[in-house]
Amino acid sequence: MTRAQAEVGSATYAPEEPGGDVWVLNLGPQHPATHTTLRHVLELDGERVLSCVIHIGYLHSGFEKLGEHLNYNQYVVVTDRMNYVSPMANNIAWHHACEKLFGIELTPRCTVIRTIIAELARIQDHLLGVGAAGIDLGGFTAFMYPFNARETIYDLFEEICGARFTTSYTRVGGLMQDITTDWPAKVKQYCLRELPEALDDTEKLLTRNRIFVERTKGVGYLSHDDAVRWGWTGPLARASGVRRDLRKDEPYLCYADNWDGKGSSAVQFKVAVSSGGDCYARYLVRLAEMREAIKIILQLVDNIPAGPIDVLPGDKKTLPDKSEVYFSIEGLIHHFEQIMTNRGHEPPIGESYGANETANGELGFYLASDGGNSPYRARCRPPSFINYQCFPQLVVGHQISDVIATLSSMNIIAAELDR
Amino acid sequence: MSDAAHPIVGFLTTRFPEIDFVAGPLMARPDGQEEQMCVRIAPDRLVEVMTFLRDDERCSFEQLCDLTCIDYMDFPKAKDRYGVIYSLLSITKGHRIWAKCFVNDPNPEVPSVVNVWKGADWLEREVWDMFGVRFVGHPDLRRILTWEGFEAHPLRKDYPLRGRGERENFERITRESS
Repeated sequence: MTRAQAEVGSATYAPEEPGGDVWVLNLGPQHPATHTTLRHVLELDGERVLSCVIHIGYLHSGFEKLGEHLNYNQYVVVTDRMNYVSPMANNIAWHHACEKLFGIELTPRCTVIRTIIAELARIQDHLLGVGAAGIDLGGFTAFMYPFNARETIYDLFEEICGARFTTSYTRVGGLMQDITTDWPAKVKQYCLRELPEALDDTEKLLTRNRIFVERTKGVGYLSHDDAVRWGWTGPLARASGVRRDLRKDEPYLCYADNWDGKGSSAVQFKVAVSSGGDCYARYLVRLAEMREAIKIILQLVDNIPAGPIDVLPGDKKTLPDKSEVYFSIEGLIHHFEQIMTNRGHEPPIGESYGANETANGELGFYLASDGGNSPYRARCRPPSFINYQCFPQLVVGHQISDVIATLSSMNIIAAELDR
Repeated sequence: MSDAAHPIVGFLTTRFPEIDFVAGPLMARPDGQEEQMCVRIAPDRLVEVMTFLRDDERCSFEQLCDLTCIDYMDFPKAKDRYGVIYSLLSITKGHRIWAKCFVNDPNPEVPSVVNVWKGADWLEREVWDMFGVRFVGHPDLRRILTWEGFEAHPLRKDYPLRGRGERENFERITRESS
């Protein structure tokens, strides 16, 4: 196979340098190491990558077109399917953008619950990112420890919304339903015991593991300036030394001061930044972000304010509680008023952009509204799509095995990439 | 904050006094919440203005956060059909600005900003794929999400949600024909 002559299109591939032994390898679209449906056409000299062309779109499902035909509450179901590694974060980002468009302020209880969930989703995503970095380099054990801890997050989400994977938990101005009484205690238990232990184990397995370090250090390097110019956000940008975190720079939810209107201060945390710029730095940044996420959750989980989760349950902006729908005629009317296609939301006419810091970077929604029940345009700024486009620059000159290491360090989710 | 008082708009009008930027917030809020300022730039001056926005020390928009398009076909009070929207972000200064560039049928064309921000590469390909707005000067303007040979531009408002039968009429390869 090493001397194989590959074909590009119909013509036989001719090496550019006479005497050079250049051949072409199709990595993907269905390959275990690409995790999802991505296709790279690699031009190889032996094992060295000479060029890389990416083909995406295998998972394109027209999410933005669907957004123009579903109302502001229905579309949350589609956001689950974007970055399915941390669906809750997408739910929150979508409704954050909607609420910005509508001009709705959340209740303190809802703000705190959403912040806790957003951080759990970040942990959920990073656990996969760190675990995948291990398994793609052959360290299967390093995959099992974070994944075991990830399972509990699924259980926690199942308890509050009934679904493990496709959560659809948020609604305009509130949440689908309130959390259960003992949920905060379970989250606390998880953040105090199980998760730190799993992180410690993972760290012991990988951080000073000689094979892991040699496979990741100096691989897939991107400088600070390039990271900025290519539009990188999130842990990838921070691993290249870009000091940018929307939670600090454009604070929302409990990351902002005075989030409850009574002068509460923002949650305390540090932004993890590394100057390494390589796969190893990305791994370290993700680990550090999980430790910070634990701190954020522990600051909030003991003091979840009482009160309603929906903005003004009596008004016509939010869906009524299910107990009202089933047991009172007013609640039933209100519910129908919300879900009928010729009624429902009455957003102002105009455009607005709202973004959240999710585990992969800045997940933003640019909404245009013509005053109707569904958005006129629901543009999603997908972090994976924008992060992934400079991938050829990262891998050219490296070997095939480094392509895999780089890819897993970027945590590209094809469903969000193609939407 | 009134439109003229917005600092970035001030820098722009000082540098380009001959251009009318039609500056205004993306959405007029009655209660003066945080405003997202938007300026309008004609296609022929786009690259020049964008380069200024990137290089000027007071603006320093190092990053193109997003590039997208809206088909304003049915939008209330809209005059032009396609609005290409540039969402700029300054990491050092921590501010944002939006810029819109309107183009119309039959030949919607906008100059490419790939040479200003590298990150515009795939975003411009996506807009070409989804809306059919051409980016003049783009090094590799191919379709990105749909396949080569697909003819429509699906996010245009006159394209139906269920498609035009592309899926049903797609050529099937059978065991005999292959």
